[in-house]
Amino acid sequence: MMSFVLRRLGQMAFTVIVASFLIFAVSEWTPGSAARKMLGPYALPEQVESLSRELGLDRPVLVRYVEWAGNVLQGDLGYSTLYKQPVAPVFADRLKNTAMLAAIAFAIIVPVSILFGIMAGMREGSLFDRGISVAAILCTSLPEFALGAFLSSIFVIWLGILPGTSTLQDSGGWSVASQLVLPVAVMVLYDAGYVIRMVRASMIEVMLAPYIRTAILKGMSFRQVITRHALRNALIAPFTVILLQINYLITGVVVVEAVFAYPGFGRMMLDAALNKDVALIEAGALVAVGIAVTTQVAGDIGYMLLNPRIRIA
Amino acid sequence: MASLPEELDTRAPADQPGLLTTLLSIRHSWVATLGFCLVLFWVVIALIAPYAAPYDPNAQDFLALANPRPSSTHLLGTDMLGRDMLSRVMWGARTVLTVAPIAVVVAYLIGAVMGLLAGYYGGWTDAVISRISDIVLSFPVIILYLIIIANFGASALNIIIAVTFTAAPQIMRIVRGLTLDIKNREYVTAAQIRGESAVYIMAVEILPNARGPLIVDACLRMGYTTIAIGVLGFLGLGLPPPDPDWGGMVKDSVGLMSIYPHMSLIPAAAISSLVIGFNLLADGIRELALRD
Repeated sequence: MMSFVLRRLGQMAFTVIVASFLIFAVSEWTPGSAARKMLGPYALPEQVESLSRELGLDRPVLVRYVEWAGNVLQGDLGYSTLYKQPVAPVFADRLKNTAMLAAIAFAIIVPVSILFGIMAGMREGSLFDRGISVAAILCTSLPEFALGAFLSSIFVIWLGILPGTSTLQDSGGWSVASQLVLPVAVMVLYDAGYVIRMVRASMIEVMLAPYIRTAILKGMSFRQVITRHALRNALIAPFTVILLQINYLITGVVVVEAVFAYPGFGRMMLDAALNKDVALIEAGALVAVGIAVTTQVAGDIGYMLLNPRIRIA
Repeated sequence: MASLPEELDTRAPADQPGLLTTLLSIRHSWVATLGFCLVLFWVVIALIAPYAAPYDPNAQDFLALANPRPSSTHLLGTDMLGRDMLSRVMWGARTVLTVAPIAVVVAYLIGAVMGLLAGYYGGWTDAVISRISDIVLSFPVIILYLIIIANFGASALNIIIAVTFTAAPQIMRIVRGLTLDIKNREYVTAAQIRGESAVYIMAVEILPNARGPLIVDACLRMGYTTIAIGVLGFLGLGLPPPDPDWGGMVKDSVGLMSIYPHMSLIPAAAISSLVIGFNLLADGIRELALRD
């Protein structure tokens, strides 16, 4: 058990190191040097060259990578050419906003998906199951920007009860709480459909297990069979899936944030990409990979603790 | 979008339906039929766009700008530059239904080869290929798109590269799982004993017998890719203007939604219906496979 955890942590460290090198190499190696990206298309070749020398960009990539990684480890994420200030403070602020959005969405997605997934899966093929399944497919099929446009047209334009942008400023007379409704709604609808399908699939499998048949045959009521036997077992498999949603909710919300002009991590990454802000992209990608790998490892370890049969150690 | 289709049944059923059989059996499931009809509708639209579109998709009708709403001259209205919405939506279908299949096929070629090698040989080959996939999969998909498109620029080719790069490791995982299962079957052992080459066994014995789950996955992946192309367009990282692409059409007009909602709602509905089609088709085919 201990060795499994250690091995997973080792793999995690390896993944982060290789991924960070890839991020660094791709950002620095691609057409147009880093100096060219910082100075923009109208800079003279001499200016590009002098900045390159000033920043030490003429040294080998590996040397610069080690230096960059060293700085990152000491908390120095570099200088953002887009915001004209160090990356770290910009970053912290944006990440905090996104974390708030993600936390609210997660708090809704988990109970809703478990409830609907279990109810659909406990009677496979029933009318309720059919309805939930189709609704879940529909929700995951709508791209977030389309979903945003649909919801905005109803609640912002037609009914006029919600604001169309979520800048988190108090201007325009809309409270911050009301600004959060639409982004959260889009994230919940888009993501819950997927999680519901996972919980449902797991529940269906559990309901076919011999111990459920035994429980029914020994005369337990359906309600008792569900709450005592099926529920707990059906939640083991989706546990990892649910944990992985944290990933999507924090680093995958680029589109939602773009639709509603929300000042979060995703918008920042998009702006950084559109403006070729290398330091910001590198730092953001690194954080994204860090979050992804951490949730994966946490999912694996949690899964093992929940299901003693797979002690892979 | 960022997730693997984990509900996929990776155990190959005894009797594998082929593509044609699958297409014929679709009529037994109303979900699959509905999905098939939606996809077919857009395929037909994409095919006839050059002949049936009422206007050039990039031609501007300045007279229509006074009232761009749907009218008898422009059935779906025009956009803020006076370009006919109906023609642009039709041509947009052509864009999506060209880029998405190419991207999915390329991703499948690479992912399937990687998965077959990893699953069939195991050992070091498997370790190296799996580790590479893990690293690529540790990036959130959308962040990968941003890095790739930001560094290499926006073009149809780069969209295909970005989608391939993110999808191939996921396909590899699925094919690897199927290969691990199938390679222990008697017919594979038989082929090994009669001295067939590894390439023959992988291409002729293993891959065709894994096609059931792969057909379902390919349908789902067409849906994901359609979303990805739309998202890239919406973020301003898609195909360069002026050629119509649904995501880009929404991006250009979303600021005008309070005045002319049709400009963003029509392309949004178009892309949604196509993705719904792919996903219903995948779900229906999977259900049919389980029913048999």
